[in-house]
Amino acid sequence: MCGIAGLFLKNPDSEKDLGAMLAPMLETLCGRGPDSAGFAIYDATTPEGTFKVSLYHPDIAFDWQGLANELQARTGQPVKHSVNSTHALFHIAAHEAEIRAVLAEVVADVTIMSLGRRIQIMKETGTPHDVVSRFGVHGMRGSHAIGHTRMATESAVTTAGSHPFSTGRDLCLVHNGSLSNHSRLRKTLQREGIDFRTDNDTEVAAGYLSWRLQQGLTLQEALEASLQDLDGFFTFAVGTAEGFAVLRDPIACKPAVLAETADYVAMASEYRALAGLPGIEHARLWEPEPAVIYNWSRS
Amino acid sequence: MREIDLESTPVRELNRELHDSIAGTWRVLHPHGAHALAVGIHAPLRIEIAGHAGYYCAGMNQEGTVIIEGNVATGVAENMMSGLVHVHGHASQSAGATAHGGLLIIEGDASARCGISMKGVEIVVKGSVGHMSAFMGQAGTLVVHGDAGDALGDSLYEAKLFVRGRVASLGADCVEKEMREEHLASLTALLERSGSDADAKDFRRYGSSRKLYNFQGDHASHY
Repeated sequence: MCGIAGLFLKNPDSEKDLGAMLAPMLETLCGRGPDSAGFAIYDATTPEGTFKVSLYHPDIAFDWQGLANELQARTGQPVKHSVNSTHALFHIAAHEAEIRAVLAEVVADVTIMSLGRRIQIMKETGTPHDVVSRFGVHGMRGSHAIGHTRMATESAVTTAGSHPFSTGRDLCLVHNGSLSNHSRLRKTLQREGIDFRTDNDTEVAAGYLSWRLQQGLTLQEALEASLQDLDGFFTFAVGTAEGFAVLRDPIACKPAVLAETADYVAMASEYRALAGLPGIEHARLWEPEPAVIYNWSRS
Repeated sequence: MREIDLESTPVRELNRELHDSIAGTWRVLHPHGAHALAVGIHAPLRIEIAGHAGYYCAGMNQEGTVIIEGNVATGVAENMMSGLVHVHGHASQSAGATAHGGLLIIEGDASARCGISMKGVEIVVKGSVGHMSAFMGQAGTLVVHGDAGDALGDSLYEAKLFVRGRVASLGADCVEKEMREEHLASLTALLERSGSDADAKDFRRYGSSRKLYNFQGDHASHY
């Protein structure tokens, strides 16, 4: 069992409240996932040619300034960064391949949690309350977010095994359920050049979507293909630069509730997590149909 | 009538009070989708839940009347023995699962597996039901005013199914059956008790063809 949540604001005036709306959703979902939590927040787009890179190092005293200096020297461009607990958000003006190569060479033990022009993924072990408070989610702003609270069933309780999983630039995945063909699929994807860092089944689903997108499929097509190729139980929420998508497997054992008002679309594993949202009493509430892709986008 | 506000009273306290009572009416305020509301009632109590309820609402109900003035999550009236559970909104999956008796009325839709393994309950859904509804239904009646999803009545035993709308597909061993006078009479009575003005003649009846009851020797070589 895990808890997942998604929140998409239609009204730009509410963007300052995104974190304040998301935090209690994650905290309420503690009952479904008490061992780790994470989220992806989408905020202001970086200028063309600059990426937001969310980095993680387990040492709270890690020398992020030193890394920033090194990156600046290597890229020849100014590098901005801000530290938040075990994570740091870097703004780097360079090509993605160059950023990845330099980071791999300079700090092999730093993990890239996300890379894109809008996305910032942060995740950690601990109760959702701890994680939310550690990262200061209540004060965060943005246009939309997806989040996850984990009760591990398939693999170890680690930061790397927490959700969301990055699936490409500005893309990420959270999952409630379990996949039964992840071992075989991981091997297939590894042969296709997709890297995996954990034994986690959701990482395989994320790798699968990355692979399909690299093949040129749209997100809609990649999700449709996943219904054929992924065997198991899942409710997915997928974060994109412009919005989020929701998909349940055809058996639909894993729950999901959607709520829509004039101001937002919200999704959660249980209504309890939506109950505190403003105007929820007048929201249109429904359960997403099995094997149907729901997608909200600003574009 | 006694009011209990779940913003200030824990669910366990509500349920303990209901278990310790033999009569009375309760109004439960601010349920906010909380789980296990009014479970295990075993007396003719009346409970009104003023909003949306979470998982297993009114589970194991005996004799009680539970009114939910909103939606319910998974497993409403699960294993109900008797009494009435009335959902004014929609119900999530496995509504009335394994229930032995009583009446479950859902004014909106019920999602997947409505009436799974039902053992005698009467379930009346005014909207539609999702896939695999009445799966392994052993006894009782499921009435659907709207449509039914895929694999209705899969592996059905003796539960009776009535659907007014479209059935996406029938599950293994579930077949359409003739609507005889006795079925029209029992369905009319059940519709009346459920506050429905639908005409029993507009429904079609489905049941088990009883081919899965026994091992088929013809297929032995396939195993």
